[in-house]
Amino acid sequence: MDLEEQGNISRLVASGQHDRMVAILGTPNPASTRMVAMTLRDGDPSYAGPLAGIPLGLPVYHVLEDQVKQRIDPDVYEYEVGPMEFVLDRDGIINALQFVREAKAA
Amino acid sequence: MSVEGVVVKPVVRGAAFCMAHVPGMVLSGSKPRREITHNTNGLKQQIVSNLRSFADAVAYPPHQVMIGNLTPEALSKIERPWHQHPIPNAAAEGPGGRFIDEATFYAWMARGDCARLLRFNEFLPGALETALAANANGAKIQKIDKTALADAIANGAEPFFMGSSDPVGVFLPAHEEDESLMAPVLMENAAAKVTGAIALTDLLKKYNDPPVDHLLGCGEEAVGDRYQRGGGNLAKAMGEMVQGNIAGGTDVKSFCAGGIHAMLLGAALIASGMHRRVVVVAGGSLPKLGMKFQGHLQAGYPILEDVVVGVAIDLAADDHVSPIIRLDCSAFHRLGQGSAAHQMAGALSAGPLYAQNLRLSDVDRYAVELHNPDITEPAGSGNVPLNNYQILAAIAAQKGEIQREQMPEFVAAHGIQGFSPTQGHIASAVPYLPHAIAGLTSGNMNRVQFVAKASLFLGRMTGASDGASLLIERNPALTQTQKGV
Amino acid sequence: MIDLKDKLVLCLGERDGIAAPALQACVESAGAEVIYAETQCFV
Repeated sequence: MDLEEQGNISRLVASGQHDRMVAILGTPNPASTRMVAMTLRDGDPSYAGPLAGIPLGLPVYHVLEDQVKQRIDPDVYEYEVGPMEFVLDRDGIINALQFVREAKAA
Repeated sequence: MSVEGVVVKPVVRGAAFCMAHVPGMVLSGSKPRREITHNTNGLKQQIVSNLRSFADAVAYPPHQVMIGNLTPEALSKIERPWHQHPIPNAAAEGPGGRFIDEATFYAWMARGDCARLLRFNEFLPGALETALAANANGAKIQKIDKTALADAIANGAEPFFMGSSDPVGVFLPAHEEDESLMAPVLMENAAAKVTGAIALTDLLKKYNDPPVDHLLGCGEEAVGDRYQRGGGNLAKAMGEMVQGNIAGGTDVKSFCAGGIHAMLLGAALIASGMHRRVVVVAGGSLPKLGMKFQGHLQAGYPILEDVVVGVAIDLAADDHVSPIIRLDCSAFHRLGQGSAAHQMAGALSAGPLYAQNLRLSDVDRYAVELHNPDITEPAGSGNVPLNNYQILAAIAAQKGEIQREQMPEFVAAHGIQGFSPTQGHIASAVPYLPHAIAGLTSGNMNRVQFVAKASLFLGRMTGASDGASLLIERNPALTQTQKGV
Repeated sequence: MIDLKDKLVLCLGERDGIAAPALQACVESAGAEVIYAETQCFV
């Protein structure tokens, strides 16, 4: 994740109401999903950016996950996400998130 | 507008790419530059020791596709990562363009230094001295000693390198308080200017008739001073570097989609009868050098973003051979059409085709953003062209042209292996032009669609994206000749 | 299933995946408030 974006998010989360915050990702593949999710939960894995060593512990979801999709108006989802659901590697993305969540729990 | 209603049919005759291999300039790329500032822990040395030689860059299979010596189809048969499978005896020149080495690039920078802002180190590598003598075109080379170089750098000059740790020269700022005339900005603009000018020079050597009526620039640099930061007309500045008194120019801007916008506008100028010949020109992007160097280092790759690429595209009135630009089957993305990838593909690819009673399957190849996946994948950005082809296949399935399980076949049949350096507007569809023109003249293709997208939101003035597409088609005169009519 | 209603959502979009405006439209339809929306472009 870009250093500037890490800085923006870090400031935003520090500004309060942490308990109500959720990150929703639109990353295109498992590798980028894992990278962003790890950064948001556990801190910057490359130890280069403002989030290095700072576990924000934000809940992170991907818009392709069923548990997110089911909350969204189906018409909106069809228009905004539509065929991307089967164009992107949905299973791989979900596995990547699962990996990050389990690594965190361990 | 129907094709029958157009007085003159515009054609695309050719394209020339200038591949400037400038590993020393990787340190001036935006990402490496910022990271080196944050990290003093040997990062600069790590970058320098993972740069490629000129011979390696020339033999790199995707680069051979850029200059037309290898087809994308042949590239897809070579095992990845491609830097491990260099092309033996690779030539630095091909039907689609040529390479220049770093010394030649710096010599062209000196040649284009109309504001006299370049200073070279008094001690230069032999190769650079030779290149300056051969290519600076009589420009006066100003040399300064080590102390003066250090003073200049301390006062805002931007150093540039060639292998060793000492700079071979610096670019001076043009104004102490003007952010638009800071040295790194000027160096970026100059790199774009000379790579575009070299491509233009090469194109004009290949096609010298009729005279060029106009140049359309389509790069992404902002040329201007504090009162008009993006004032522009780099096209005219490129034209000035070409021998002889050629046309003036205009810059066309739309991030990475600039090239397709400019081709459409140039074709329209020809179709209207206003001009007989328009050349679309663009230089390469210096800030994008080394953008994904971290991913490359992590994967154990050399730093693959080490070329600044210029292009010149020749548009002319119908020559009864070259592919026709179908202005009636083109598209500019409209506000309200949606920015999501599938909405873009619907508006830019399916929209204009269906309006002309063509199906997605009627197009032989789609030239999308042709980024080399070996560059993007190690940085987590995935395979950009493949992603685009899957979206097109999904739309073809949605429209009932194919079954959903036929999507992989559609991608294989209509897609192109990504091969372009990640140079933004350069990578957007146009690298396929030399191959498409060959396929539509001597090959067996009939239609190729060029599609480009633009991330306008990066400039923070809109949340919107943009895009444009055009269809080029085998010249009907050529078909008739082949049939013996 | 997560509850997005009244949540403060950071939409981290990517140009080659799902862009932030699309994420924003989706989560707002689920009753969330978007406090950050940014689309990354790596090419």
